[in-house]
Amino acid sequence: MRIHSSRRHLLGAIGIGGVALGAAACGASDPFEEGGDTGGEGGSGSDGGAADSGTVVVGSQAYYSNEIIAELFAQSLEAAGLTVDRQYQIGQREVYMPELENGALDVLPEYTGNLLQHYDSEATSASPEEIHTAADEALPDGLRLLPFADATDQDSYTTTAAFAEANSLTTIADLAGVEEDLKIAANSEFEVRPYGPEGVKEVYGVDVTVVPVEDGGGPLTVQALTDGDVQLADLYTSDPAIVANDLVPLEDPESLILPQNVVPVVSEKVDADAEAAITAVIEALSADDLIELNRQSVEEQSSSADIATAWLAEKGLV
Amino acid sequence: MTGNPFLQALAWLAEAAHWSGPSGIPMRTLEHLGYTALGVFVAALIAVPLGLLVGHTGVGKSVAIASAGAARALPTLGLVTLFALLLGIGLTAPLLAFVVLAVPSLLAGAYSAVESADPATVDAARAQGMTEWQILTKVEIPLGVPLIVGGFRGATVQVVATAMLAAYVGNGGLGRYIFLGLTSQDYPQMIAGSLLVIALALLLDLALLLLQRVTAPRGAKTA
Repeated sequence: MRIHSSRRHLLGAIGIGGVALGAAACGASDPFEEGGDTGGEGGSGSDGGAADSGTVVVGSQAYYSNEIIAELFAQSLEAAGLTVDRQYQIGQREVYMPELENGALDVLPEYTGNLLQHYDSEATSASPEEIHTAADEALPDGLRLLPFADATDQDSYTTTAAFAEANSLTTIADLAGVEEDLKIAANSEFEVRPYGPEGVKEVYGVDVTVVPVEDGGGPLTVQALTDGDVQLADLYTSDPAIVANDLVPLEDPESLILPQNVVPVVSEKVDADAEAAITAVIEALSADDLIELNRQSVEEQSSSADIATAWLAEKGLV
Repeated sequence: MTGNPFLQALAWLAEAAHWSGPSGIPMRTLEHLGYTALGVFVAALIAVPLGLLVGHTGVGKSVAIASAGAARALPTLGLVTLFALLLGIGLTAPLLAFVVLAVPSLLAGAYSAVESADPATVDAARAQGMTEWQILTKVEIPLGVPLIVGGFRGATVQVVATAMLAAYVGNGGLGRYIFLGLTSQDYPQMIAGSLLVIALALLLDLALLLLQRVTAPRGAKTA
């Protein structure tokens, strides 16, 4: 899965060309065919593309966890009797949002905070509900958000279970009572992020020093925490390493960190039946579920289709 | 953030606030030089005696050349990550990677320094009753000093240009500007950090080139 993901990032990096290439490789049913010929920008409208009117096109980001969620939607839609065309691993927001806007894609799993900031770079953090509402309003005409899931994939102040217990830590605010100097392992950008040292000082009155570890919450960051080089680490909340290493993401009651709840962006082609099928997945998808789905992908190398089938059966959704 | 990022990088360098404090340019440059010096020094402890031995005796010549060549092909970021996974974050992991990076140049310099001594001169020294140790220290090394310094020059330039990777695992150095600029899309800062590393590499290269010239023994044939 990791090897694949680097290839997928490359695909994302080459942008529109990558989409055309990736879509073409998926065979005859290619909704990007017209768009591809005109450089991907020439919107063919909701009636365009090779997809006929009864087909719902489900897309995903070039991110393994996002593809699993997309596959949950796809299989749930199929179980509801709809025809689904899968267009996964479509690079970054700059690439797939125009495809959603011009009707080449109908459903894509998003994250509330990042989606909002895509349209409003000045947006500040707020509660998950407020971010969801703001993101929905920011979307262009023809697109809307369905309700958001409990599952999130966002930055966090994560510590070890032992340190949390020794210092009675549940929320970030509890860090204010810790005697020793607090260090957090994170990418160096953490230093200048709104939820970085300045933000946590302002909101919770906690002093932290950043120890830059530049692997984006990867194994080195986790190891710095488990080795005791730092007391905190900035990990993504859906990272299976959190459970595997008995780590505790501290709660953030003041919404210092921009919420990133999983949320489906859908086009007008998603009717009541399709909406019900997708919403059923969203209502069942807890934070722990997403971690477990990611774990099966990272540790057991299972395919997104197998992971999704097993989960939907377990939840009684298919 | 519009305009020429190179001009913005120069403006970043010109800002007085960036020249003071623990994350200021003088401190970061000193850290960077410190990592470089330490890496090259430790590598020299291993590579120079080994190179002199191989050059003088000819024993293990092919093994030394092959392993030095293979070491050159190791990606340093991969080594930093590997060592950090084994040893934890901090200075040890990148330092080991810098040693691996510096050894081939130093080994080749020391080895070729000894080997380049004119065989007739070495024979003459031996005929005069010099011990092997005397031949090495009084004939071969003095004649080969420019090549040994050349090895240091190559190793130093490589390590100083790579020492930014120390910042990948929680250390200081000029890499801090590069990584912070990269991850926060502050490209003027990233370019400014890169320019500082380039300037440092060029200065060290020039200084060691001069040292190479100065240490050349008078009357010796240049290899």
